[in-house]
Amino acid sequence: MIDTKRRILLKGSLGAGAIGVAVGAGLLTPRAVLADWPAAAFKAEDQASALKDLLGSDAVEASDKVKIKAPDIAENGAVVPVTVEADVEGAKSISIIASGNNTPLIASFDLGENAIPFVSTRIKMAKTADVVAVVQTPDGLLSASKPVKVTIGGCGG
Amino acid sequence: MASNIKIRAKVSDGVTTVKSLMSHVMETGLRKDKETGDPIPAHFIQEVTCKWKDQVVMTALWSGGVSKNPYLSFKFEGGEPGDLIEITWVDNKGESDSGSAEIS
Repeated sequence: MIDTKRRILLKGSLGAGAIGVAVGAGLLTPRAVLADWPAAAFKAEDQASALKDLLGSDAVEASDKVKIKAPDIAENGAVVPVTVEADVEGAKSISIIASGNNTPLIASFDLGENAIPFVSTRIKMAKTADVVAVVQTPDGLLSASKPVKVTIGGCGG
Repeated sequence: MASNIKIRAKVSDGVTTVKSLMSHVMETGLRKDKETGDPIPAHFIQEVTCKWKDQVVMTALWSGGVSKNPYLSFKFEGGEPGDLIEITWVDNKGESDSGSAEIS
Protein backbone atom coordinates (compact mmCIF):
# COMPACT_ATOMS: atom_id res chain seq x y z
CA MET A 1 0.00 0.00 0.00
CA ILE A 2 2.72 2.43 1.05
CA ASP A 3 4.85 1.18 -1.76
CA THR A 4 2.27 1.98 -4.43
CA LYS A 5 2.02 5.47 -3.00
CA ARG A 6 5.75 5.83 -3.36
CA ARG A 7 5.51 4.86 -7.01
CA ILE A 8 2.81 7.45 -7.60
CA LEU A 9 4.91 10.04 -5.82
CA LEU A 10 7.90 9.26 -8.01
CA LYS A 11 5.82 9.54 -11.15
CA GLY A 12 4.40 12.76 -9.83
CA SER A 13 7.80 14.25 -9.23
CA LEU A 14 8.91 13.43 -12.78
CA GLY A 15 5.82 15.19 -14.06
CA ALA A 16 6.69 18.16 -11.90
CA GLY A 17 9.62 18.86 -14.23
CA ALA A 18 7.17 20.33 -16.72
CA ILE A 19 5.74 22.62 -14.08
CA GLY A 20 9.28 23.67 -13.22
CA VAL A 21 9.77 24.80 -16.80
CA ALA A 22 6.54 26.75 -16.63
CA VAL A 23 7.67 28.50 -13.46
CA GLY A 24 11.04 29.24 -15.02
CA ALA A 25 9.34 30.83 -18.00
CA GLY A 26 7.38 33.06 -15.69
CA LEU A 27 4.06 31.50 -16.56
CA LEU A 28 3.41 30.64 -12.96
CA THR A 29 4.64 33.16 -10.48
CA PRO A 30 5.09 31.96 -6.92
CA ARG A 31 2.72 34.06 -4.92
CA ALA A 32 2.63 34.97 -1.30
CA VAL A 33 -0.62 33.42 -0.23
CA LEU A 34 -0.21 34.17 3.43
CA ALA A 35 0.04 37.75 4.50
CA ASP A 36 1.77 37.02 7.78
CA TRP A 37 4.31 34.51 6.54
CA PRO A 38 7.62 36.33 7.16
CA ALA A 39 9.20 35.83 3.73
CA ALA A 40 12.15 38.15 4.39
CA ALA A 41 13.11 36.34 7.58
CA PHE A 42 12.98 32.96 5.90
CA LYS A 43 15.08 34.22 2.97
CA ALA A 44 17.70 35.88 5.19
CA GLU A 45 21.11 34.30 4.78
CA ASP A 46 22.42 34.86 8.27
CA GLN A 47 21.00 34.32 11.70
CA ALA A 48 21.13 37.95 12.83
CA SER A 49 19.12 39.37 9.97
CA ALA A 50 16.64 36.49 10.11
CA LEU A 51 15.99 37.24 13.77
CA LYS A 52 15.74 40.97 13.13
CA ASP A 53 13.20 40.42 10.40
CA LEU A 54 11.22 37.91 12.40
CA LEU A 55 11.34 39.22 15.96
CA GLY A 56 12.56 42.77 15.54
CA SER A 57 15.84 42.17 17.36
CA ASP A 58 18.88 39.93 17.21
CA ALA A 59 19.88 40.51 20.82
CA VAL A 60 19.77 36.94 22.08
CA GLU A 61 20.90 35.86 25.48
CA ALA A 62 22.03 32.31 26.11
CA SER A 63 19.92 30.83 28.87
CA ASP A 64 19.75 27.49 30.63
CA LYS A 65 16.00 27.91 30.85
CA VAL A 66 15.85 26.95 27.19
CA LYS A 67 16.49 23.30 26.52
CA ILE A 68 17.19 21.98 23.06
CA LYS A 69 17.36 18.31 22.26
CA ALA A 70 18.96 17.09 19.06
CA PRO A 71 21.25 14.18 18.18
CA ASP A 72 25.04 14.56 18.53
CA ILE A 73 25.50 12.96 15.16
CA ALA A 74 22.84 12.99 12.43
CA GLU A 75 23.49 10.29 9.88
CA ASN A 76 20.94 11.83 7.55
CA GLY A 77 20.83 15.62 7.42
CA ALA A 78 17.41 15.49 5.78
CA VAL A 79 15.79 14.30 8.98
CA VAL A 80 17.17 15.72 12.21
CA PRO A 81 14.78 15.49 15.16
CA VAL A 82 14.80 18.63 17.27
CA THR A 83 12.88 19.29 20.47
CA VAL A 84 12.82 22.66 22.19
CA GLU A 85 11.47 23.29 25.66
CA ALA A 86 11.55 26.45 27.73
CA ASP A 87 10.97 26.95 31.42
CA VAL A 88 9.70 30.52 31.21
CA GLU A 89 6.44 32.35 31.78
CA GLY A 90 4.71 34.08 28.94
CA ALA A 91 6.81 32.75 26.07
CA LYS A 92 5.41 34.12 22.82
CA SER A 93 7.24 32.14 20.21
CA ILE A 94 9.91 29.53 19.59
CA SER A 95 12.18 29.73 16.56
CA ILE A 96 14.47 27.01 15.29
CA ILE A 97 17.62 27.91 13.36
CA ALA A 98 20.15 25.64 11.63
CA SER A 99 23.12 27.99 11.51
CA GLY A 100 24.91 26.13 8.72
CA ASN A 101 22.05 26.26 6.21
CA ASN A 102 21.90 28.76 3.34
CA THR A 103 18.76 30.20 4.88
CA PRO A 104 19.23 29.43 8.57
CA LEU A 105 15.72 30.10 9.83
CA ILE A 106 13.86 26.80 9.68
CA ALA A 107 10.66 27.41 11.54
CA SER A 108 8.96 29.67 13.99
CA PHE A 109 6.14 28.63 16.28
CA ASP A 110 3.76 31.25 17.63
CA LEU A 111 2.38 30.10 20.95
CA GLY A 112 -1.23 30.75 21.86
CA GLU A 113 -2.58 31.49 25.30
CA ASN A 114 -2.75 27.94 26.52
CA ALA A 115 0.34 26.65 24.78
CA ILE A 116 3.24 25.33 26.81
CA PRO A 117 6.64 26.37 25.42
CA PHE A 118 7.41 22.98 23.94
CA VAL A 119 7.77 21.97 20.35
CA SER A 120 9.19 18.97 18.58
CA THR A 121 9.76 18.52 14.87
CA ARG A 122 12.25 17.26 12.30
CA ILE A 123 14.46 19.56 10.25
CA LYS A 124 16.91 19.48 7.35
CA MET A 125 20.55 20.39 7.87
CA ALA A 126 22.99 21.08 5.05
CA LYS A 127 26.11 20.45 7.11
CA THR A 128 27.58 20.10 10.57
CA ALA A 129 26.50 23.14 12.53
CA ASP A 130 24.78 24.42 15.62
CA VAL A 131 21.04 24.14 15.94
CA VAL A 132 19.83 27.24 17.74
CA ALA A 133 16.53 27.66 19.56
CA VAL A 134 15.36 31.20 20.25
CA VAL A 135 12.48 31.74 22.65
CA GLN A 136 10.73 35.10 22.65
CA THR A 137 9.80 36.06 26.20
CA PRO A 138 8.62 39.28 27.86
CA ASP A 139 12.23 39.69 29.09
CA GLY A 140 13.81 39.42 25.66
CA LEU A 141 15.12 36.64 23.49
CA LEU A 142 16.55 33.61 25.23
CA SER A 143 18.47 31.01 23.32
CA ALA A 144 20.21 27.67 23.52
CA SER A 145 22.25 25.87 20.95
CA LYS A 146 23.40 22.36 20.28
CA PRO A 147 26.09 21.27 17.83
CA VAL A 148 24.96 18.52 15.47
CA LYS A 149 27.41 16.62 13.30
CA VAL A 150 25.90 15.86 9.92
CA THR A 151 27.39 13.10 7.81
CA ILE A 152 25.10 13.46 4.76
CA GLY A 153 23.63 16.88 4.00
CA GLY A 154 19.90 17.28 3.60
CA CYS A 155 19.61 20.35 1.40
CA GLY A 156 20.33 20.39 -2.31
CA GLY A 157 22.60 17.63 -3.57
CA MET B 1 -9.31 13.95 -0.82
CA ALA B 2 -9.21 12.30 2.52
CA SER B 3 -7.07 14.05 5.06
CA ASN B 4 -3.44 13.06 5.17
CA ILE B 5 -2.78 14.40 8.62
CA LYS B 6 -2.41 11.90 11.42
CA ILE B 7 -3.07 13.28 14.86
CA ARG B 8 -2.74 11.76 18.31
CA ALA B 9 -3.66 13.79 21.34
CA LYS B 10 -3.46 12.68 24.93
CA VAL B 11 -4.18 14.51 28.15
CA SER B 12 -2.39 13.76 31.40
CA ASP B 13 -2.24 15.93 34.53
CA GLY B 14 -4.01 18.77 32.77
CA VAL B 15 -1.47 18.93 29.96
CA THR B 16 -2.45 17.80 26.49
CA THR B 17 0.30 16.49 24.24
CA VAL B 18 -0.45 16.49 20.53
CA LYS B 19 1.63 14.58 18.01
CA SER B 20 0.96 14.88 14.32
CA LEU B 21 2.34 13.66 11.05
CA MET B 22 1.59 15.42 7.78
CA SER B 23 2.14 14.18 4.29
CA HIS B 24 4.04 16.67 2.14
CA VAL B 25 7.08 16.71 -0.20
CA MET B 26 8.63 19.81 1.47
CA GLU B 27 10.80 20.78 -1.53
CA THR B 28 13.20 23.62 -0.73
CA GLY B 29 13.55 24.71 -4.35
CA LEU B 30 17.31 24.13 -4.12
CA ARG B 31 17.34 20.52 -5.33
CA LYS B 32 17.86 19.60 -8.95
CA ASP B 33 16.22 16.82 -10.89
CA LYS B 34 18.88 14.10 -11.15
CA GLU B 35 18.04 13.23 -14.77
CA THR B 36 17.35 16.57 -16.40
CA GLY B 37 19.29 18.89 -14.10
CA ASP B 38 16.28 21.18 -13.87
CA PRO B 39 15.74 22.71 -10.46
CA ILE B 40 12.80 21.20 -8.61
CA PRO B 41 10.48 24.08 -7.72
CA ALA B 42 9.95 24.94 -4.09
CA HIS B 43 6.87 23.33 -2.62
CA PHE B 44 6.60 23.39 1.13
CA ILE B 45 4.16 24.02 3.95
CA GLN B 46 4.27 27.63 5.09
CA GLU B 47 1.77 27.75 7.88
CA VAL B 48 0.27 25.20 10.23
CA THR B 49 -2.58 26.20 12.50
CA CYS B 50 -3.38 24.05 15.50
CA LYS B 51 -6.71 24.52 17.16
CA TRP B 52 -8.29 23.17 20.30
CA LYS B 53 -12.07 23.65 20.37
CA ASP B 54 -11.81 26.47 17.78
CA GLN B 55 -9.17 28.28 19.81
CA VAL B 56 -5.75 28.65 18.18
CA VAL B 57 -3.17 27.03 20.43
CA MET B 58 -0.22 27.35 18.11
CA THR B 59 0.65 28.64 14.66
CA ALA B 60 3.76 27.23 13.04
CA LEU B 61 5.50 29.18 10.30
CA TRP B 62 7.76 26.97 8.25
CA SER B 63 10.38 27.16 5.55
CA GLY B 64 11.50 24.36 3.25
CA GLY B 65 13.98 23.48 5.99
CA VAL B 66 11.43 21.29 7.74
CA SER B 67 11.82 17.65 6.77
CA LYS B 68 9.67 15.87 4.22
CA ASN B 69 6.44 14.48 5.65
CA PRO B 70 6.70 16.79 8.65
CA TYR B 71 6.32 15.68 12.22
CA LEU B 72 5.06 18.19 14.73
CA SER B 73 4.45 17.83 18.42
CA PHE B 74 3.28 20.46 20.89
CA LYS B 75 1.69 20.74 24.31
CA PHE B 76 -0.93 22.93 25.88
CA GLU B 77 -2.71 23.38 29.18
CA GLY B 78 -6.29 22.30 29.50
CA GLY B 79 -8.07 19.87 27.27
CA GLU B 80 -10.42 17.10 28.23
CA PRO B 81 -10.85 13.68 26.72
CA GLY B 82 -13.21 14.04 23.76
CA ASP B 83 -12.23 17.63 22.90
CA LEU B 84 -11.53 18.23 19.26
CA ILE B 85 -8.03 19.05 18.00
CA GLU B 86 -7.85 20.44 14.50
CA ILE B 87 -4.71 20.95 12.44
CA THR B 88 -4.66 22.81 9.11
CA TRP B 89 -1.71 23.54 6.82
CA VAL B 90 -1.30 25.82 3.83
CA ASP B 91 1.66 25.52 1.46
CA ASN B 92 3.40 27.98 -0.86
CA LYS B 93 1.23 26.90 -3.78
CA GLY B 94 -1.93 27.66 -1.85
CA GLU B 95 -2.83 24.02 -1.36
CA SER B 96 -4.11 23.04 2.02
CA ASP B 97 -5.23 20.12 4.12
CA SER B 98 -6.72 19.72 7.51
CA GLY B 99 -7.35 16.93 9.93
CA SER B 100 -8.88 16.49 13.33
CA ALA B 101 -8.86 14.08 16.22
CA GLU B 102 -10.35 13.83 19.67
CA ILE B 103 -8.21 13.98 22.78
CA SER B 104 -7.95 10.59 24.43
